[in-house]
Amino acid sequence: MDLSAINPVLLIASLMVAATPLLLAAIGELVVEKAGVLNLGVEGMMITGAIAGFAAAVESGSPLMGFVAAAGAGALLSLLFVVLSQIALANQVASGLALTLFGLGLSALMGQKYVGVKPPAMGRIDIPVLSDLPVLGRILFSHDIVLYFGIALTAVVWAVLKYSRIGLILRAVGENHEAAHALGYKVVKIRTLAILFGGACAGLGGAYISLIRVPQWTEGMTAGVGWIALALVVFASWKPWRALLGAYLFGGITVLQLNLQAAGVAIPVEYLAMSPYLITILVLVILSADKSNAPASLGRSFHASR
Amino acid sequence: MKFAKLLAGAAIALGLAAGGALAQDKTKVGFVYVGPVGDGGWTYEHNQGRLAVEKEFGDKVETVYVENVAEGPDAERVITQMALQGANLIFTTSFGYMDPTINVAAKFPDVKFEHATGYKRANNVSTYSARFYEGRAVQGTIAGRMTKSNVIGYIGSYPIPEVIRGINSAYIHAKKVNPDVQFKIVWAFTWFDPAKEADAAKVLIEQGADVILQHTDSTAPQAAAQAAGNVYTFGQASDMIEYAPAPRISSIIDNWAPYYIARTKAVMDGTWASVDTWDGIGAGMVGIGEITDAVPAEVKAEAEALMAKIASGEYHPFTGPLKKQDGSDFLGEGETADDGTLAGMNFYVEGIEGSIPE
Repeated sequence: MDLSAINPVLLIASLMVAATPLLLAAIGELVVEKAGVLNLGVEGMMITGAIAGFAAAVESGSPLMGFVAAAGAGALLSLLFVVLSQIALANQVASGLALTLFGLGLSALMGQKYVGVKPPAMGRIDIPVLSDLPVLGRILFSHDIVLYFGIALTAVVWAVLKYSRIGLILRAVGENHEAAHALGYKVVKIRTLAILFGGACAGLGGAYISLIRVPQWTEGMTAGVGWIALALVVFASWKPWRALLGAYLFGGITVLQLNLQAAGVAIPVEYLAMSPYLITILVLVILSADKSNAPASLGRSFHASR
Repeated sequence: MKFAKLLAGAAIALGLAAGGALAQDKTKVGFVYVGPVGDGGWTYEHNQGRLAVEKEFGDKVETVYVENVAEGPDAERVITQMALQGANLIFTTSFGYMDPTINVAAKFPDVKFEHATGYKRANNVSTYSARFYEGRAVQGTIAGRMTKSNVIGYIGSYPIPEVIRGINSAYIHAKKVNPDVQFKIVWAFTWFDPAKEADAAKVLIEQGADVILQHTDSTAPQAAAQAAGNVYTFGQASDMIEYAPAPRISSIIDNWAPYYIARTKAVMDGTWASVDTWDGIGAGMVGIGEITDAVPAEVKAEAEALMAKIASGEYHPFTGPLKKQDGSDFLGEGETADDGTLAGMNFYVEGIEGSIPE
């Protein structure tokens, strides 16, 4: 065992990278669920974002263009979910699952010619004095811009949901869509916008994997992150900061357990391998012991005639 | 009138059915894959084997495949479905399909099954695998020569004999050319998860490894090594040539096509019998991808000489004296490991640190 081989600064820096795709997808889904819609298609939208972003970055030579395209592709795919669940009033669980299956297939098809291609690299930001600070510089001030965007997005979503009128309306729609409708809010329109936002976020999360974290395109490369994001939203009791905490915990322990293994720590590997799931669930369950509940209209279809 | 029409209709239907039965002369070959065919590694190569079968036999065969089949109960469902759809021969291409394959084979005695990398056989179940450890010996030699930090990282998938054998073989040969070499082993507990494989590679690099060997299926560790710079890797299962000349400096290539063609032919001719095939570099089932110019010429020559000796059968990668990790004797001077020992290998050789997860 040689714990000194683990560099805590690099560890924290890489856990932030590992957590970002999860965070982006979870924040998007959180807004969707706050509006009372359960979209199980996160995985499908992520993988579609991953390939769309990858393709756009390769073709244009600009990673930023890739992220824009990924957000667009995620939103576009979620539009399909809008048609199914908001207009055709299909079952949300089934539509979401269909979206995931469709996204996985579509991305494999789109990605045919991108296997083995290398994407343009996304530069880290470099702030003259701050990035050179010992320890803090590497942890806080020398990441790619999307990572900061993820944190900023969490803050914005939190503030909007908590303090703004838009947030209030969104929550009203999610808690009781009949009442919101009676007050004159356009339930379907608001939900549609929320779903599009969720799709764009999932797309960004997927592109973060294919453009920064791995970086390459491989079929099925999101490998279940979308599902973890879904679970994270529930365990975080629909609170943005807890989703951030959960994502960092999950990403952190995933990276830490690999570090411990490489350092030869004498804990059986199986326990290390399951620890990210266990600890994340445990911490968030303890945190959610207060009486915060799911949005009351979550997963229910709405039609003005009822 | 109506009745006559009905009869005519029935006759046509019968005729069609008979025609359909005639068309059944085609031999139907099924493949079950653990990852996507576009993984660029393990499953990709099996699929190349499938395409080779189609090319060889043209309209005389029909191939079907299912990708991304989880190891476990779901595999049993998929294999059963394939058998029900009339497959004559089914290749199940991952270690974890062993029990499902045996279970389904018991229910379909007329269907032939071929399970890759397993050890359970039946009258209608063959096993086949490649002696990847021969390729690992070559990799170990190159890795031992190329490392400057003397730390070699190894990304393991699951702690099964197949993987452990590879680790031992690579370690023995790295140690032989570089006595100071140390292995850091990380178990990913997955065959295919690019993000996790990339993380594992990054962790190993952060902890000082400058050569990374992988026993997982995607090219993600190659990408991570490339981003880090000054780190060397080897292609796994497939050539992964897109990462040459560095980080990828060589590779192990699985070449299943000749075997798949031979076995399909055997089913067509009715000569199929349950066998256990385990071929290596000599028979061409294990290929060593081009050793790039990033490797010094003398190291390349050394690796190629080892390859030739293994191919001709002159040298066995597990040749004594060798001890197990706990210090007990494994092989005496000049003794070579028999296939039974290799097939069930569940221990590290002396010098590797850490324990195998159980």
